[in-house]
Amino acid sequence: MLGYMTRRLVILLLSLVAAAIVLFVLLRLLPGDPANALVGVGATPEQIEAARAQLGSDQSLLVQFVAYLGDLARFDLGQSFVSRAPVIEEISRRLSVTLPLTFAAFFLAMLLAIPLGIVAAVKARRWYGLVLSVVSQVGIAVPVFWLGILLVYQFSLTLRWLPSGGFPLRGYEDPGRAVQSMILPVLTIALIMTASLMRYVRSATLDVLDSDFLRTARALGESRTGALMRHGLRNAAVPVVSVLGIELSTTFLGAVVVEQVFSLPGLGSMLLLGIQQRDYPNVQGVLIVSTLLVLLVGFLADILQRVLDPRLRKEGGR
Amino acid sequence: MTIRSTMSRQGRGYALAAMTTASALALSAAAGLAQDYDPEAVINIGSLYEPQNLDNTAGAGQGINEAFNGNVYEGLFVLTDEGEVEPKLVEDYEISEDGLTYTFTLKDGVSFHSGEPMTAADVKSSIERVTAEGSASSRKSSLAVIESVEAPDDGTVVVTLKTPSISLPYNLSYVWIVNDAAEDISSAEDGTGPYTLQEWRRGSALSMVPFEDYWGDAPTNGGVMFQYFTDATAQNNALLTGAVDIITSIQSPDALSQFTDNPDFTVSEGASTTKELMAYNDRVEPFDDPQVRSALARAVDNERLLQAIWGDYGTLIGSFVPPTDPWYVDLTDVNAYDPESAREMLEEAGYPDGFSFTLDTPDYDPHPVVAQFLQNELAEVGVDVSINIITANEWYTKIYQQQDFEATLQEHVNHRDIVFYGNPDFYWGYDNAEVQRLISESEGVSSIDEQTEMLTEANQIIAEDAASMWLYLYPQIVVSTSNVTGYPLNGLNSQFFVADIQKAE
Repeated sequence: MLGYMTRRLVILLLSLVAAAIVLFVLLRLLPGDPANALVGVGATPEQIEAARAQLGSDQSLLVQFVAYLGDLARFDLGQSFVSRAPVIEEISRRLSVTLPLTFAAFFLAMLLAIPLGIVAAVKARRWYGLVLSVVSQVGIAVPVFWLGILLVYQFSLTLRWLPSGGFPLRGYEDPGRAVQSMILPVLTIALIMTASLMRYVRSATLDVLDSDFLRTARALGESRTGALMRHGLRNAAVPVVSVLGIELSTTFLGAVVVEQVFSLPGLGSMLLLGIQQRDYPNVQGVLIVSTLLVLLVGFLADILQRVLDPRLRKEGGR
Repeated sequence: MTIRSTMSRQGRGYALAAMTTASALALSAAAGLAQDYDPEAVINIGSLYEPQNLDNTAGAGQGINEAFNGNVYEGLFVLTDEGEVEPKLVEDYEISEDGLTYTFTLKDGVSFHSGEPMTAADVKSSIERVTAEGSASSRKSSLAVIESVEAPDDGTVVVTLKTPSISLPYNLSYVWIVNDAAEDISSAEDGTGPYTLQEWRRGSALSMVPFEDYWGDAPTNGGVMFQYFTDATAQNNALLTGAVDIITSIQSPDALSQFTDNPDFTVSEGASTTKELMAYNDRVEPFDDPQVRSALARAVDNERLLQAIWGDYGTLIGSFVPPTDPWYVDLTDVNAYDPESAREMLEEAGYPDGFSFTLDTPDYDPHPVVAQFLQNELAEVGVDVSINIITANEWYTKIYQQQDFEATLQEHVNHRDIVFYGNPDFYWGYDNAEVQRLISESEGVSSIDEQTEMLTEANQIIAEDAASMWLYLYPQIVVSTSNVTGYPLNGLNSQFFVADIQKAE
């Protein structure tokens, strides 16, 4: 297990370096110069040159790249071209919105999807089992921004229960309003996620229900529910956990859209703005941090799978 | 984004239009009646233009002008919401005979938010911040005419010019007077305005509170919070749910219906300076021929276009000059819609069968719709338009820098920007010696009247010449809840003075 974790960590680090290289190259391929974004129309060529010198975008790509890698190694994500603020500070401020949003939505989705998915599997032939399956199919087809708009229409504009968007100036120092402004975004992500997660839980449970070991357990006198609880869930959890890792990453990235719909000052809106302004340090910083988080989640999901399933441990990894 | 921040405030457009004297009077009367306002009320303002940083010489974008001009920082002069240039931090000033020396006497008793008094040294360093090497101020080039700034005593500033510049007071209205002891103003401030910055949370909101030692009249509200949105719908929803009191600009006419028929809201239309235009590359055939340009202008029904895009809002213009510029004259009759004569003129110009050209169209509203409209209209007179959609960044590189285009669409947002037609190297390449003479000499005259007269003439020439195809002036629409009054309507150069806003109890 320890050897596996070390190997897995090395892969994680290598992936991160590879991602850093790809990001750097892709961003430089985008048309447009950040200097233009700074000085604006009406600037003389000298002003543009001055801005380029100030930003370092007049240096050769190799020089920029080496500087960038060196900074990364020291966890220095640089300074925003546009706001001049340290990127890492901005990212941590933004993460204080995006991470709670992602995790709250994720746990809410698990809370809903796991029981509902099991019910949908166990009672697959009852009418409500069918209804659950249909609803989850429909849920997968609904675009996340559209659900967000619907929720705003219902709960903000019509019922006036919750704010339609924005985040309080003082953030979590104003906990009541901060929580209020998170409810609809969390619901939006959680509902969409529940729909897809439920299907995985349902099919994993169905597989287990058909399995030989469960039949044996029942033959030994356990009730269907008892057998499922004692032997089934842990087995069903293995494929679900690997999906959970992917789902969590998707949610994290999907927060971009939801943050836009609700005007939340999260990582997603920072990324969009950064791209528009060719603010390379901000964009790179957000993407590196996102990549790191996604890789970490994958890593944890792998470890968790091995904890749940001793067979994987013995085989030394897949 | 760049282009938008200085030149094309997408959507922050707005128009003059119908800001008749009558409606202005009606509004000020309404403001006068609202006696029962709450002086402690905090006004929440929704905006789509969050500043990128707090320093207007460091590429902060138009949002910083909206939030800070006249509110946190003041200039020696102010460009009022009506388009007048008035003294602010100067008590008095004198211009030498030769027009090369301006002597400003500063107002007494003005202090910065940090408590230090404003002195001539602060003014000198503030002007030099804008003209400095690393400055990204949009006013840098207009102030390049300054030879030196001296501070002979604490209350006097002497500005010496290389050549006379009648627009100096106007250009100085863009220069914030900043305490010379302030070190970093990209995330903090030290100005003289009626408000001090309380807090700025990037991506979310910026709040300010009245400055207790302000030299002028105290604000009629207890503070202001600008709330920033990245999405116009989210912004409109915030107004509908009472989370904000005012929206500084309505982007899309579709959104207006939620407010126009509702007594809880006031929809006001002010004068904008944002002009939608099709700029030809006047250097290339056939657009180097004024007759061809005039013919195309006559082929397009601007009124129908404006109606299609903005409904009953917005104004038609006959040239590049909006009604809030002093040199405005109504030129909508010049090359007015007349497809019959358009065909004749094309024939005379040697294009009896028309011609074809590529229209580089920025990918954001309203340009793609405008491009299609033009395509249909011009097809009627035999001119074939192919539409090439580009991003704002491509626009900047391909059109503005490389000048590699036949025609393009763009919105130009600035006040008093007819000067672009006096620069043959500008992207559209309009080259008329008389216009260049009028524009450059108008800076050297000794009275505003002379300047106005010369620029009015230049305005008439570019209209006769159909230098570009000016389509319409955007409406400037501010929507508020009906218990809020006293806000600026025109928002010239993105300014949004908040000190007179009142909220009824």
